[in-house]
Amino acid sequence: MAEKVLMKGNEAIAEAAIRAGCRHYFGYPITPQTELAAYMAKRMPKIDGVFLQAESEVAAINMVYGVASTGKRVMTSSSSPGVSLKQEGISYIAGADLPALIVNVQCGGPGLGGIQPSQSDYYQATKGGGHGDYHLIVLTPASVQEMADLTSLAFDLADKYRMPSMLLADGTMGQMMEPVILPEEHVNVIDKPWAVTGTQMQRKHNIINSLYLVPEELERTNFERYERYAQIEKEEVRYESYMMDDAEYCLVAFGIAARVSKNAVVALRAKGIKAGLIRPITVWPFPKAPIAAAAKHVKAFVSVELSMGQMIDDIRLAQNCEKPVVLCNRAGGMIPDPAQIIAAVEALKGGND
Amino acid sequence: MTTQILFAGFGGQGILFAGKFLAYKGLMEEKQLSWLPSYGPEMRGGTANCSVIISDEPVGSPIVSEPDVLVAMNLPSLDKYEDAVVPGGMILVDSTLIERKVKRDDVKVFYIPATRLAGELGTPTLANMIITGKLIRECDAISYEHLEDALHKVVSARRANLFDANLNAINCGYQFA
Repeated sequence: MAEKVLMKGNEAIAEAAIRAGCRHYFGYPITPQTELAAYMAKRMPKIDGVFLQAESEVAAINMVYGVASTGKRVMTSSSSPGVSLKQEGISYIAGADLPALIVNVQCGGPGLGGIQPSQSDYYQATKGGGHGDYHLIVLTPASVQEMADLTSLAFDLADKYRMPSMLLADGTMGQMMEPVILPEEHVNVIDKPWAVTGTQMQRKHNIINSLYLVPEELERTNFERYERYAQIEKEEVRYESYMMDDAEYCLVAFGIAARVSKNAVVALRAKGIKAGLIRPITVWPFPKAPIAAAAKHVKAFVSVELSMGQMIDDIRLAQNCEKPVVLCNRAGGMIPDPAQIIAAVEALKGGND
Repeated sequence: MTTQILFAGFGGQGILFAGKFLAYKGLMEEKQLSWLPSYGPEMRGGTANCSVIISDEPVGSPIVSEPDVLVAMNLPSLDKYEDAVVPGGMILVDSTLIERKVKRDDVKVFYIPATRLAGELGTPTLANMIITGKLIRECDAISYEHLEDALHKVVSARRANLFDANLNAINCGYQFA
């Protein structure tokens, strides 16, 4: 078995990206993801890769667009305000059906906000962010190990479905250190006949574009893209279920909120309250089926979020509001502690008895 | 067993460094662990604290809100976290910088004049490692084993000349009665 090393989440993403064959990184510094860029700056020149600190986030995402057109694995990373700046480019990349990885190590907002952890870019990540009909595959790591593993997966899924993927982390995941077993080196073997790689006068030109002035044609690309999205919603949902078998109260949380929620589940169980946790690992596609299944036996859901309540909408929709969903949250860089979650569940129980 | 440790002090006191050292020690003892820093935008000054959890089981939340062990390296940290320590837990105080006594009577308290001792050793910046040495001595969950290996991980090769000074500081704290 590979050796366990101690790494910051941000560094684990960077190393995993390199091992996934990514040799092009474009970014612009921002806390709390700076270690990722710093790691790339140190490593890329030594492995014939490109690290480029762009003049802005807008420039960086358009550099990603360029490299993605050639079929090479490419990524950028930033934190909330910086990811807002990238939205136009992300929409273009989605519109041109290109694989790329965007990492968002979220901090509190809106506006310039703060530098402490947050999950308040959930809407932006899962409901569009940029203009037009499109989705990103959005993965939410809850450990340094997952920061590495989901980076590999994000590249693979992006290639497989020809679309941008996003790693939606937060400042805690980026800054914390945990033992991690790094993924093996793997090379991108998928064939990319669409890539702009030079024709060698042997084939027709490939054209990468997101402009379709004939509405019938633009409509067709949208419908085709949504067929792919439907397939993803069927095949690529990932989640973890914890103590759900006999649960009466279902916490739903991802990332750092899920880590805290797990502690709360253990503490609630010790008090004789049957709590469980569903942890979405993909938030798009959202794990609708396990939530709907849970609605058959739980009394209520608790959405634990580092935001004013964004994922809560998806929990309501996933089970057609069959059971009530309450919010247990902190915002602006604060993190709920287990006691707050326990109190939220006890309040529900009190109301039910 | 799970041990939750909170290091707290000013930025620049080596709070994160001391935590990282303990994290590496945990790694070498094949424990489950997490290390989580919390600090402001400043390089020096401001408050800095660091949550370290060392466990035989997978670590849940990496945030230490109810520490088993609190290392307080300045007064604001003691004021802020004293009440959060679990009953039967432990507080280590840098008594050079904190003049007041701990009010709790249900925790073990150790007063170490770490900043003064560090000055006497000729390494005034290593109060963090002196207090860590005392922590290793007093906390059952943390052994003396793998100490040098862990230290090699956190003292970069570029600064190898500081290895002995760090080891010296840890031993100074370890032997402090």
